[in-house]
Amino acid sequence: MTMLPLEPTKKLGLVIDLDICVGCHACAVNCKEWNTGGYGNSLSDQEPFGADPAGTWLNRIHSFEAVPFDDAGQPAPQDARIVHFPKSCLHCDDAPCVTVCPTGASYKRSEDGIVLVNEDACIGCGLCAWACAYGAREMDAEAGVMKKCTLCVDRIYNENLPEEDRQPACVRSCPANARHFGDLADPSSDVSNMVVKRGGVDLMPEQGNRPVNKYLPPRPKSGTHACGSGQSDQVSLLKMAETPQAAGFVGWLDKALSKLD
Amino acid sequence: MHPAKSVIFFTTISGAGFGLIALLALTAGMGHISWDKSWELAAVGLGLSISGLISSVFHLGNPQRAWRAVTQWQSSWLSREGVLAVMTCGLFGLWVLAGMAGYVLPNMLGYVVAGLCVLTVFATAMIYAQLRPVPRWHTWLTPASYLGFSLSSGMLLMVMLHPHYNGMAGGALGCLAIAWTVKVLWWMRAAKADVRSGGSDTATATGLAGYADVRLFEKPHMTKNYLMKEMVFAVGRKHMQKLRLIALVLGAAAPAAFLGFSLIAGGNVLVMVFAVAAHLAGLFVERWLFFAEAEHVVSLYYGR
Repeated sequence: MTMLPLEPTKKLGLVIDLDICVGCHACAVNCKEWNTGGYGNSLSDQEPFGADPAGTWLNRIHSFEAVPFDDAGQPAPQDARIVHFPKSCLHCDDAPCVTVCPTGASYKRSEDGIVLVNEDACIGCGLCAWACAYGAREMDAEAGVMKKCTLCVDRIYNENLPEEDRQPACVRSCPANARHFGDLADPSSDVSNMVVKRGGVDLMPEQGNRPVNKYLPPRPKSGTHACGSGQSDQVSLLKMAETPQAAGFVGWLDKALSKLD
Repeated sequence: MHPAKSVIFFTTISGAGFGLIALLALTAGMGHISWDKSWELAAVGLGLSISGLISSVFHLGNPQRAWRAVTQWQSSWLSREGVLAVMTCGLFGLWVLAGMAGYVLPNMLGYVVAGLCVLTVFATAMIYAQLRPVPRWHTWLTPASYLGFSLSSGMLLMVMLHPHYNGMAGGALGCLAIAWTVKVLWWMRAAKADVRSGGSDTATATGLAGYADVRLFEKPHMTKNYLMKEMVFAVGRKHMQKLRLIALVLGAAAPAAFLGFSLIAGGNVLVMVFAVAAHLAGLFVERWLFFAEAEHVVSLYYGR
């Protein structure tokens, strides 16, 4: 049924920390590994060893160059940084990919808010992928059905797995702990606290999809202008290079050699 | 957006078919034609609509399940389009068959069928107009232009099938003018409706709005994927102005000239066949551009 459920009691989703994602792509690889053998059809590849390989992935990591604004709201090029940006389905509350589906294959679960595709009912028209602002859905070229993040629905409730593995594959594999899984409808959950403390944001709120997944913005780098303290604790690399302050044996050597001048 | 041939054929040809069915149904509703004598006109309308609908099935990944698409009419414009198309063709076909078999059904049916045709074409257009991530489509001008072209192509077909009704040729000229005026308005709006016009940009797409100036540093993958093939399609925009001119010449100027010639010559089927062919060719170009010109906000993640 492609009508959206009334407000689900649970809203399972991810909180992704853009401050500490290192862009290693391990979550994407583990996602592909788990989901190609899990829920529904496998995630096929076309010409995987050919000149123009392509394939279905449910999670992809883009990297952006971010030039933070200074206190005056101007971009500060000296503070430029790379922000690695993992992107998968955001399991939106107002998911347009669900309501556009002509067959009822695309649906949002009322019990936990997960957006899924019933692959046996999917005709592969591709309209849900067009309706998604985030590019979270990819048509599998082999199976001709739409594939998307299932929030590892076949892991998180799976009692055959040890309890610590009952998390989405991307969360479980992240070596930097940049991805967190939990109930965002519960204000006391770890993920909800994280969102409050770090000012978690929605992607493209102007599209009106009310995504469940939240992104934590990068923290200002300490010691740079972005921390708001002016130049007080700025560390000058040039100064450090000019006046080495070595201690111990190297310090003694430095002093001794300096005397020879 | 990727312009799939089957969808271009579907939207133009079934649009023309429903335009013709609506006009035939109105004419029959007013008692000017009866189906025992004019069933072949109805067959042309049904043939166009149904061949368009069948072609739309070819772009599906699993066409054998296409029947499921009529189930979600409560929420989905694509489903509504399917339901309305089946209802329209079914009701019209039954009416014509009854007429051929000598049963006279109430003329009221003509207005019902014409209304259903309008709703069907409207639903087709809403499949695209509803999509907020595609700013060029997300406007009431999209259904207006689909309805306009359905009317103009239906009207040209009517004149082709009834070449001696001079009054209708004048009406067809008027419909051409209306349809292309709406399309030119759509194009004028499109010039301002780029991928950022809805307030989305790379910063809102990454959640970094207000924090930093953002641009793509590295894509997630080296070769193309489904999203890029389907939604980051950029070929059309390169030749946009030339293609618009071709669409206008084929779709507007040529049929208008043929219509004028037919009016002076007192009605000529062959000339009208050329008029219809030129108009449909122009609409193929217009519809190809409709898809190719449209930008999707997902391209913000790919450096646009």
